[in-house]
Amino acid sequence: MIYQYYPGCSLEGTALEYNLATRAVMEAAGAQLHEIKDWTCCGASAAEATSLLLSLALPARNLALAEQADDVRDILVPCSACYLNLKKVEEKTHSDSGLREQLNGLLEQDGLQLAGTSRVRHLLDVMANDIGAEKIHSLVKQPLTGLTVAPYYGCQCLRPYAIFDDPEAPRSMEPLIAAAGATVYDWDMGGRCCGASHMNTHPEVGQALVGAILAAAAGADAIATVCPMCQMNLEAYQNQISRQQGRDLHLTIVYLPQLIGLAMQLPLPAVGLNLNLAVDGVFRSRQAI
Amino acid sequence: MNSAATQTGGSEMVSQPDELAPVKEMVRACIQCGTCTGSCPNAFAMDYTPRHLWRMVLMGLKEEIFSSRTFTLCSDCYYCTLRCPRGLPLTEAMEALKQIAAARHPSPDRYSTQFYKTFLQSVRRHGRVNEMEFMALYFARLKNPLFALRFAPLGMKLMRKGKVSLRVPLKGRHPLESIFRNVEALEDRS
Repeated sequence: MIYQYYPGCSLEGTALEYNLATRAVMEAAGAQLHEIKDWTCCGASAAEATSLLLSLALPARNLALAEQADDVRDILVPCSACYLNLKKVEEKTHSDSGLREQLNGLLEQDGLQLAGTSRVRHLLDVMANDIGAEKIHSLVKQPLTGLTVAPYYGCQCLRPYAIFDDPEAPRSMEPLIAAAGATVYDWDMGGRCCGASHMNTHPEVGQALVGAILAAAAGADAIATVCPMCQMNLEAYQNQISRQQGRDLHLTIVYLPQLIGLAMQLPLPAVGLNLNLAVDGVFRSRQAI
Repeated sequence: MNSAATQTGGSEMVSQPDELAPVKEMVRACIQCGTCTGSCPNAFAMDYTPRHLWRMVLMGLKEEIFSSRTFTLCSDCYYCTLRCPRGLPLTEAMEALKQIAAARHPSPDRYSTQFYKTFLQSVRRHGRVNEMEFMALYFARLKNPLFALRFAPLGMKLMRKGKVSLRVPLKGRHPLESIFRNVEALEDRS
């Protein structure tokens, strides 16, 4: 299994551990990642809120870079926002050749050309369908027995493009959590919105959304995420939200590949639990040294 | 016929095309069922619900639309798009309103405006967003020290963990400059 790899800006910064754990778990599962050389920002939610054309041109540049780099068709993307931005250009240029021409007009100056041969894949899709729970189970050395984990998908790996899961009632993470030896927490908040950048622009709204998710997960030992934005929103404001709502909403929040890496007993620097903002002692004690 | 034309006469229509026209096109088939509002995680904080907003778009109530915070509160969860019984691209319509506001209507919601603007400046400068630079600039521009202070403990924690730094990505290069410039030229607002 070979993938081109688009880590995205967050994975070089606030989501460092997502990058580490993704690379480590993919390598342990026998997959090769070729990072797209000189990749640039996908535009996040900022480009689309500013200019439609810019929001399509920024991802298009990265797809064109991937096509130019090698003939590996699948691009692995761990960040759900990057995934959707890249996927959107893949989908829209397939159905609209006029748009592809327009985007190519913008890329021309940089010597780039988008043919539309790439397939954008979310990390969760690849873990669930290419690697699979069985393979992951065979690599588990230290099952996370006794831990209950709530699968949190967020929005943009599920909607609007229903590529690999049910956008209303997602289940794709469950076999992976079970393969790691943990128990899947039964809840219906997995596909709810964390508020994205509201936490920075309309904090009262973001806190209400995150508070509801944390409260619903109260019976779990942890929430597993597959997006840096969701992860940050769920882990970073637990003190504030608990204070505000007058109840203890502290909970361990980890990236899915960290959970899998933990069960595989991958070394500490690869799992990177020390970089998370909300991990309790129970989880830390499971970490190999 | 658009309302601007009705009010100001045909000669104005050529020089001032209805900026809401593309959004109207997206929501024209809206049956006002309210599935979008019922599905929206942010509706509780909006001044007009999404269903209400679509009607306002079709009625051309520009002033009310662009002074409301409804579209700035869309967090792109795509539940409304997924569930709309008419299959309308409602999230895209919200984004289209954000785009029109960014280009021509200074939004009363300066937090969102500054957030997106500062983000794109960092991206334009470096090719990738420098989270530290972006957030520092964003908070500085809000001119609301108390607001910024709420995020200070998180900033310190991220620094301690080495997750944000002042290191500039792709130093000295501006790989996205031509894309930004060409888009501006095409959209005629450089």
